[in-house]
Amino acid sequence: MRHLLSAADLTRDEAVRVLDTAAQMAATQAREIKKLPTLRGRTVVNLFFEDSTRTRLSFETAAKRLSADVITFSAKGSSVSKGESLKDTALTLQAMGADAVVIRHAASGAPHTLASAGWTSGAVVNAGDGMHQHPTQALLDAYTLRRHLVGDGGRADATGRDLAGCRVVLVGDVLHSRVARSNVQLLHTLGAEVTLVAPPTLVPVGVGAWPARVGYHLDEVLADVQPDAVMMLRVQRERMSSAGGGFFPSPLEYSRRYGLDARRLAALPDHAVVLHPGPMNRGLEITADAADSPRAVIVEQVANGVAVRMAVLYLLLAGTTTGTTTGTTTGTTTGTTTGTTTATGTGGAAAGAPAGVSVAGERVDA
Amino acid sequence: MSTRYLLRGVSPLGGAVTDVLLADGVVAQVGDLEAAAADEGTVVVDGTGTDGVPMVLLPGLVDLHTHLREPGREDTETVASGTRAAALGGFTAVHAMANTTPVQDTAGVVEQVWRLGRDARWCDVHPVGAVTVGLAGERLAELGAMADSAARVRVFSDDGRCVDDPVVMRRALEYVKAFDGVVAQHAQEPRLTEGAQMHEGVVSAELGLTGWPAVAEEAVVARDVLLAEHVGSRLHVCHLSTAGSVEIVRWAKSRGIDVTAEVTPHHLLLTDENARGYDPVFKVNPPLRTQADVDAVRAGLADGTIDVVATDHAPHAREDKDCEWAAALPGMTGLETVLSVVQETMVDTGRLTWADVARVLSEAPARIGRVPDQGRPVAVGEPANLVLVDPAARRVVVAAEQVTASANTPLAGRTLPGRVVATFLRGQPTVLDGAPVAATADGHRA
Repeated sequence: MRHLLSAADLTRDEAVRVLDTAAQMAATQAREIKKLPTLRGRTVVNLFFEDSTRTRLSFETAAKRLSADVITFSAKGSSVSKGESLKDTALTLQAMGADAVVIRHAASGAPHTLASAGWTSGAVVNAGDGMHQHPTQALLDAYTLRRHLVGDGGRADATGRDLAGCRVVLVGDVLHSRVARSNVQLLHTLGAEVTLVAPPTLVPVGVGAWPARVGYHLDEVLADVQPDAVMMLRVQRERMSSAGGGFFPSPLEYSRRYGLDARRLAALPDHAVVLHPGPMNRGLEITADAADSPRAVIVEQVANGVAVRMAVLYLLLAGTTTGTTTGTTTGTTTGTTTGTTTATGTGGAAAGAPAGVSVAGERVDA
Repeated sequence: MSTRYLLRGVSPLGGAVTDVLLADGVVAQVGDLEAAAADEGTVVVDGTGTDGVPMVLLPGLVDLHTHLREPGREDTETVASGTRAAALGGFTAVHAMANTTPVQDTAGVVEQVWRLGRDARWCDVHPVGAVTVGLAGERLAELGAMADSAARVRVFSDDGRCVDDPVVMRRALEYVKAFDGVVAQHAQEPRLTEGAQMHEGVVSAELGLTGWPAVAEEAVVARDVLLAEHVGSRLHVCHLSTAGSVEIVRWAKSRGIDVTAEVTPHHLLLTDENARGYDPVFKVNPPLRTQADVDAVRAGLADGTIDVVATDHAPHAREDKDCEWAAALPGMTGLETVLSVVQETMVDTGRLTWADVARVLSEAPARIGRVPDQGRPVAVGEPANLVLVDPAARRVVVAAEQVTASANTPLAGRTLPGRVVATFLRGQPTVLDGAPVAATADGHRA
């Protein structure tokens, strides 16, 4: 894996490897000292052309926990507001020596352009591009789903396993959603069955080619599918206005037809969980009853986001040899690859940290 | 007396091999002219092409749709650089689109462009007049003044924008009848294409790029052919790109509506699948469509529903293509490759003969643009506006080697069939041995 641009780039085995590595990273995060030396001397640039406090903080935290040097570049107050192009920004950061560039951009394909145009030699991680992709969100969603739905509801170790047979319903603004696009692809890769539910105006033309079923009636789909998980997508209120495209008549009608409330929550199977990528519009796509219920794993998604992003940065950077901590990174890489497959049956993912990562962590402790 | 050119062993319109003598700006003789080869002041051009295949002699190509960018964006193209590229592509006349800065919406600006073309001497430049003032779509520009100017404008277009107001479109169609003009419509319903980035379909759904639906073109084409029928006017549809548009034009012609249509080389060759790498060199308006649309426009060109191939040559600065897809400007160059693309997609596949190529790239565009001395037969007494093509040659497209001042060709790295060996403008070569021949101060070319 040279870059992470799209969930579609990941094979089943690569995706499972990220989830397994994330489980090991999560285990280290239960310790008193959370910092690992793995990426010491490496530089991770967070290039955020679009406001996103959550994703930016999550990536920052992940990189810092791996001891990388982190440079965060936000569009506001930066040279972008003076009209600097993506190219010049990228060249500037390249000159500063970025080993990885985490990019969030309003234009679909901007990370792809960054990775292919030769403006940077570092690994490119897509942190959300326009309506296209948000692969780490899909990975953290898959990780969260696996924790709850695979391996006896999280009581047994899920290492090495995918989401085969899991039934997931995604509800909301599929048309404008990079989260939906990433999740449809990754969930399919991992063997889950995906159903999309949205008003027809918020389903893209061409959705027929996606590996997902499409429904327009939430109650019917919930009854038919009996989902293991419901993933609510954020709906922007301005989408209903004429200027915003007039996609639905009113927020009230949207909530009535597509919102997740206590009644619909009660209709779900007992084991089903509720996800939302955040930030939520309480009262629009999800009520407080649903958002705050014990079935909601929305806050846990945030915590898992750090572990998944640590895993992604680790897998992209630790295997390469340009770093200054050569000995450590080489050792860690091999440790993880083998450790992943052997560290099973020791009480679940939380306890099954691989030798490489643990050793690295203990070196810091010492 | 100017230099005479004897073309030995060439195949006019792909027909029987013969010799053609050009003298005093016209085709002087056709037939076995071996004796004339020794005449003083006669340059002999050997028509034996690659692998001994005779070269094909066509009437000089006429482009109905060229963006020369001058005045305004001389950094991307000038009338001189664009017409030089046109000559290398086999053109002897181009229609220069109106979306310059300032816009070609007055007699003064169209005459300026026309004079720049006349002074550059690479090919005839026929400026297109804007339909509405500033391309704003609100009120008619002074179409009569442009028609009466030295530029003798006959084609009017707001290309780049659609004349979407049905009343303005109706008035324009009616008004140009007074001077036998034609309105060339860029068919794009603006509300259906707000923020549009590429063809709306399977690929746009996956790439997360805002879709440009086929219906946004077809709805305007349908409306315009009905308007043209109602007021009895001539309509030309620019860069038709969808299967549905082909069907509508076919239906309109069957009803006797006076409509003509063009297709670009890129819509004959490329599809929306090319957008997958997010390389903005493939961003164009109207967007690249699906394979089914490509098949339909090829069929429409073959059966005469589509009258002409026009390049929509749209040079852009590097910074406007060296960026993320959404920030890039739409458009691609095409003057130097169009003949090869038509050969590859239409001739080598058996859909068109070389005589058909002469029709769609020369005769029909000249007729639509009311250019009397272009698109003529290869016959004694006709103006010697001609292009000589080596159809068996193959070449690799290299953006940096093109003569256009911009590098945004979508065909870089492709191997294409056919090579323009010589282009003659009124009997004098603008291109010889595949290289441009500059005019001397007195207008002659060595």
